[in-house]
Amino acid sequence: MVGKTTKKFMYHFLVLAFGFVMIYPVLWMISGSLKTNLEIATGSLSLIPQYWQWENFANGWRGFAGIGFDVFFRNSFFVATLSTIGTVLSSSVVAYAFSRLRFKGRKLYFGIMLSTMMIPAQVIMIPQFLIFHRLGLVGTFVPLILPSFFGHPFFVFLMMQFMVSIPKELDEAAIIDGCSKYSVFFRIIFPLLAPALVTSAIIQFYWAWDDFMGPLIYLTDPNTYTVSLALRMFADTASITDFGAMFAMSTLSLLPVFIVFLIFNKRLVEGINTSGLKG
Amino acid sequence: MKNKNTKTSVEQTKFQKLIHSENFVGYFFAFPFLIGFLFIMAVPMAMSLYYSFTDLTLGGTATFTGLDNVRRLLNDARFFNSIGVTIRFVVFSVPFRLAFGLFVAYILTRQVRGVAFYRSLYYLPTLIGGSIAVVLVWGQLFAREGVVNVFLQILGLEGVHWFGQLQTAIIPIVLMSVWQFGSSMIIFAAGLKEIPTSYYEAAEIDGANKWQVFYKITLPCLSPVILYNLLMQTIAGFMTFTQAFIMTGGGPADATNFIALYIYNHAFAWRNMGYASLMSWVLLIMITFVTVIIFKTSKKWTFYAND
Repeated sequence: MVGKTTKKFMYHFLVLAFGFVMIYPVLWMISGSLKTNLEIATGSLSLIPQYWQWENFANGWRGFAGIGFDVFFRNSFFVATLSTIGTVLSSSVVAYAFSRLRFKGRKLYFGIMLSTMMIPAQVIMIPQFLIFHRLGLVGTFVPLILPSFFGHPFFVFLMMQFMVSIPKELDEAAIIDGCSKYSVFFRIIFPLLAPALVTSAIIQFYWAWDDFMGPLIYLTDPNTYTVSLALRMFADTASITDFGAMFAMSTLSLLPVFIVFLIFNKRLVEGINTSGLKG
Repeated sequence: MKNKNTKTSVEQTKFQKLIHSENFVGYFFAFPFLIGFLFIMAVPMAMSLYYSFTDLTLGGTATFTGLDNVRRLLNDARFFNSIGVTIRFVVFSVPFRLAFGLFVAYILTRQVRGVAFYRSLYYLPTLIGGSIAVVLVWGQLFAREGVVNVFLQILGLEGVHWFGQLQTAIIPIVLMSVWQFGSSMIIFAAGLKEIPTSYYEAAEIDGANKWQVFYKITLPCLSPVILYNLLMQTIAGFMTFTQAFIMTGGGPADATNFIALYIYNHAFAWRNMGYASLMSWVLLIMITFVTVIIFKTSKKWTFYAND
């Protein structure tokens, strides 16, 4: 007979072992940020560096062509923060319209919004680029930020789901007390929406932080590069790649993602559940 | 004077009435979406459709060329290859992604200690998976003298030149996608929680074994969630771009030339905006077609509680 404790032990052992395989690439990257180029290039499996190369961080931070990673991080934070604010604010407003207000064509617009979720980015990418090109905005942050101010269907949907749980009686009571439909949103719905706002903000921040194709298309001057674009330059340079520096900067680039995850773990999981978002 | 005052106050109340009418408030709040839909969706899409039948290049002007692009597309072997590569990728990655997601979610529903920690562990690759950093590292893992090959050699096997051969170049990209099963896992976990425990109790009384319970209860109850995940992952799979762009650049000999990558290259590297527009429409039609097929067949294998 296999005892219950043995079975339990086996379960935990297997789950942990497989989990270790899952996160091994991540651990390998982090340890790689402290390894010598030679150790990385020869595929050392070890997660503990042979010689601790702290200078990888200094070397990486120096960046390319005199532009340091401080610039790239600042650019990334700027774009991600503004597009997050834009997405969250505009989506909450639109969600209020679709879930609480009965205006003409509401159902039609809602249907249109849902169907836009299926349209591949490639289809609108080209004409959108041409429009921004015509406006002389290619090379600026505007094309990366502006589109987030029109409500994102995913987050509109997520917030609508959340609004269902806010009792309609609250709106009605406020209206009897003399509130307009406008102040119902600003004074009641928006504050109560806070958990959904936080979830949306986290996910959108991740998307914007990781975004690669947008910066790739629109940013032309290395001074405006975001972190993801700058990281690619490690792999792109014709000269011998400085693996250690690449891994050091890769690790740093994931730091904001880790920190946000550690703080908002539960919110994030709830968000993925309600909307089925790709995390 | 008096008359004028009453007139303005009437106008004022009229105005008040208007701005507080349900329609006006509705359009006021829906305004960001409506304007956005018009200018960043509808107009660009109409432009794109028109450009599909022009010889537009980046920086050039568009001349209507009728079906020239279509003819070119039908003779473009690289285009058909890119569709093949993309479909192969979807067919190999999506089922494994779903299977792993479901399996891990199933294993982690038990009331055991540390489930939250385990879930975070398995979700981590998905959490950071969209990052360029991870793509770069993944590419390094499968390098000629990378970790994977070193590991194979330890096992007594021969290392593989992953990115150098036609047949193997797509494998690291597929594996990376499968590795990121976290979001479907979380959605499955939520779905599993919704299954009433009374079903399981009834099955236990009837003497069903674990596999029977899984096949007869868990899977059918979960089928709407499976459908949802299948759709989302398939659509995302068709748009795969970054991994190929970074790891292989589409090579060797187009073996990983995903359609999204091919469109990008035509539009932005080779400046064939018109031709690229047409291809992007083909991609849209393909995705729509696959979605419709999945929906149609799903009627046979999804079950809803009220059926």
